[in-house]
Amino acid sequence: MQIDLRTVSIKPLRQTFDHIAARIGGDKPASRYQEGTLCLQAESNFHYRPLWDPAHQIFDRTRTQVKMKDWYAFKDPRQFYYGTYTIARARMQETTEADFDFVGQRGLAAAYPDAARTLALEVLLPLRHVAWGANMNNSSICAYGYGTAITQPALYQAMDQLGIAQYLTRVGLLFADPAALDAAKAAWMSDPMWQELRRYVEDTFVLTDWFEQFVAQNLALDGLLYPLVYSYFDDALTAAAGPTISILLRFQAEWFAESSRWVDATIKTAASEGDDNRALLSDWTSRWRDRAAAALAPLARHALGDKAASVMEEIAEQFNSRAAKSALSL
Amino acid sequence: MSNVFIAFQRNEETRCIIDAILQDNPNAIVNEQPAMVKIDVPGSMTIKRATIEEKMGRSFDLQEMQIHLITLSGYIDETDEEFNLSWKH
Repeated sequence: MQIDLRTVSIKPLRQTFDHIAARIGGDKPASRYQEGTLCLQAESNFHYRPLWDPAHQIFDRTRTQVKMKDWYAFKDPRQFYYGTYTIARARMQETTEADFDFVGQRGLAAAYPDAARTLALEVLLPLRHVAWGANMNNSSICAYGYGTAITQPALYQAMDQLGIAQYLTRVGLLFADPAALDAAKAAWMSDPMWQELRRYVEDTFVLTDWFEQFVAQNLALDGLLYPLVYSYFDDALTAAAGPTISILLRFQAEWFAESSRWVDATIKTAASEGDDNRALLSDWTSRWRDRAAAALAPLARHALGDKAASVMEEIAEQFNSRAAKSALSL
Repeated sequence: MSNVFIAFQRNEETRCIIDAILQDNPNAIVNEQPAMVKIDVPGSMTIKRATIEEKMGRSFDLQEMQIHLITLSGYIDETDEEFNLSWKH
């Protein structure tokens, strides 16, 4: 008996779902990101308006003044859907855990100079409340926003901020005792240095336009806070007392570089949609940028001393050129 | 002019690589087989890291390509940024 081996090529009847094919221009293989993002926003069969807001549908395009012809025009350059997001974060988290272990095992926290320790804890620990605020704001963007292309990464951003709050807490527990966290909370609630920033965070909680919330939180506040703390202050600490704290802030620094790509792409897409959007976003950005800069000024003075003013100027310049690249006119 | 070619396993990652190759090499001829994709290009082929990164949405090391690579033909000229196949010495 003779057996012939041959390859049988089975052509799949379709490459992807019809609703994806309609968007990506024909039946061709779609990425998981596209399949896990496009057309997932619930749109129809809501019979009643919500009792808590009868002016809007449950999911409503008009909860923001930003107008988009297509809310799926937004694209996350990181192409995060649940799978890729969790894999990316698991990798970062593994590194961070190893960093914390390293600092703990070598006794680097105990050997850290006292003056630098006090300053680092005074600046970093209250920021866990800021990160929690960012978590609230991004959750709110996800809840009231429209279109999975933007609500999905907003929720990831919210979870990232929660993780950042936890890592800041861990720094506090490694370099001091739990009482340091209570002291940081007390400073956040009553120390004049933090009150403008607290007012900023609390004012963004009550914004009704979710896209303004996006600008105020992810572009303006994070855009100034992260370079200040995780770049300039980090450098100053390293120069004064070695890189121990810098190792433990690596997650935040890497995360900011990565998530900024999404923030910039989102702003650029919205601003490029039309002049109304551009004017609106530019107005929000310049207003919240000025407020954020004012709110961060006392913190910068405490963290960097004499250099604070020139550093804040540099950060503002970087911020403006970043905004210009995202098609905003400030 | 002789063809150079490269063949990859078919999966999520290589789809981005293949898209990038097709974008950077307009003369490419794709041959989709079960579980394998072979790409022929007359003369020479350029695979650019930047294009793959744009398609994948993450940073990419060209050596990661080796994981999915089945076979190739042509002389290799490789840098951090580009992977070139050609018959030029």
